[in-house]
Amino acid sequence: MSRAALLVLADGRFPAGGHAHSGGAEAAVRAGRITGAASLEDFCRGRLHTAGLVAASLAAAAAAGVDALSLDAAADARTPSPALRVAARKLGRQLMRAARATWPSEELDALARAFPKGAHQPVVLGVVARAAGLGASDAAYCAVYESVSGAASATVRLLSLDPFDATGVLARLAPELDRVADRAVESARRVAGEGVDALPAASAPLLEIGAEVHAGWPVRLFAS
Amino acid sequence: MTVGGVRAAARIVARDDGRGGTSLPVLAGDGPLALRRTRGSGAEARVMLVGAMSGPLGGDHFSVAADVESGARLLVGSAAATIALPGQDKGGARYDVRLSVADGGELRWLPEQLISAKGSDLCVTTQVEVGATGRLVLREEQVLGRVGEEPGRLAGRLSVRVGGRLVLDQELVCGAGAPGGWDGAAGLAGHRAVGQLLVVRPEFAEQPMTARVLGESAALMPLAGPAALVTAVATDALRLRRVLDAALATFD
Repeated sequence: MSRAALLVLADGRFPAGGHAHSGGAEAAVRAGRITGAASLEDFCRGRLHTAGLVAASLAAAAAAGVDALSLDAAADARTPSPALRVAARKLGRQLMRAARATWPSEELDALARAFPKGAHQPVVLGVVARAAGLGASDAAYCAVYESVSGAASATVRLLSLDPFDATGVLARLAPELDRVADRAVESARRVAGEGVDALPAASAPLLEIGAEVHAGWPVRLFAS
Repeated sequence: MTVGGVRAAARIVARDDGRGGTSLPVLAGDGPLALRRTRGSGAEARVMLVGAMSGPLGGDHFSVAADVESGARLLVGSAAATIALPGQDKGGARYDVRLSVADGGELRWLPEQLISAKGSDLCVTTQVEVGATGRLVLREEQVLGRVGEEPGRLAGRLSVRVGGRLVLDQELVCGAGAPGGWDGAAGLAGHRAVGQLLVVRPEFAEQPMTARVLGESAALMPLAGPAALVTAVATDALRLRRVLDAALATFD
């Protein structure tokens, strides 16, 4: 297991297309629900404990070798918003392209064949982690970090928020990221005995509603 | 010292009576979960859940099961809102709902709101199995606190299978002691009522509903399966009901 491989995968510059998505921050900024560092922190914390926890659990389970088809179906059932399902598959496809070039693997090829339009991004992330020689905990850490970092950097652009303030938000959330990643790994471990229903299904109502509102805008800065 | 709280169960079985109506061979409730059959309309039988006591209180465990058999039609409502209250028992309360709709059956599950009072701790699980040609309308409304009151902890998980396939698995935890950020810009953002309306119809397999925004705080979303979900947040129970009622009317 290479620690450096985790940095490569988690790097915001890894060419997987994540920078084009705001994680719901654009809709929340426009609705006046994110207005500065404090409300950004609340937004990110809510995302972390819901979408972040679910994504991390899916990624950890996929990294542990749980069947990707059943995980993808579990992701669908946990994503009522069609706009978010489309975004998750698009991101999954982009991550797949970048990862197949970076860490060629038979498992990635098989997943790409099974989902020509893209599997849910966290499922792909887990399989990519395997291909990179990483484990379930690494995959969960990537997912929890992505669940808040994208929204934080998008808010810097949307609100002209001071980047130091946005990074401060992420630093303050770090202990909670640890706890959510641990919980994700624990739930992924239970899948072996209990099936994918053991994975968390935490949801955030305004993330889903906001994603649908956002998808209807004629002009927007971010894809989701 | 009380050990544990009240355990109560209610069970309904709805059956096609062969004469164009629906019979209820099982209609059993006890303690705080009393059931009354009320006047139905056409082929549909109607049942009201009548709260005979307050609660659930901490430590209580309520369960309700309704099975709609092939060709039967059932509407279940409740006479009043359910209020989760703190109990002498320090443990939380549980409310489990198990619904099944066989092929060709139809269930409309339209209870009143669930209100989380200060200091309460309630975990609700709703598991629904619908046959591939079954039909379902299910409404869930959660209200955080009575007027001007801080809410307790309210956790709900709703999972729905249609034709054996999971189409929705969703958990919402809010109130005192919920994971951080539940009331932030991603969660409820100060709204005190949150609700969902789930509609399952076999024809959605061929012709899914089109996603639609219902104002700034509600959306109709086709699920990955023959079902559609309306999720809404509102400042209070009355406004939430208005949004969900308007959404329900668009399905007819």
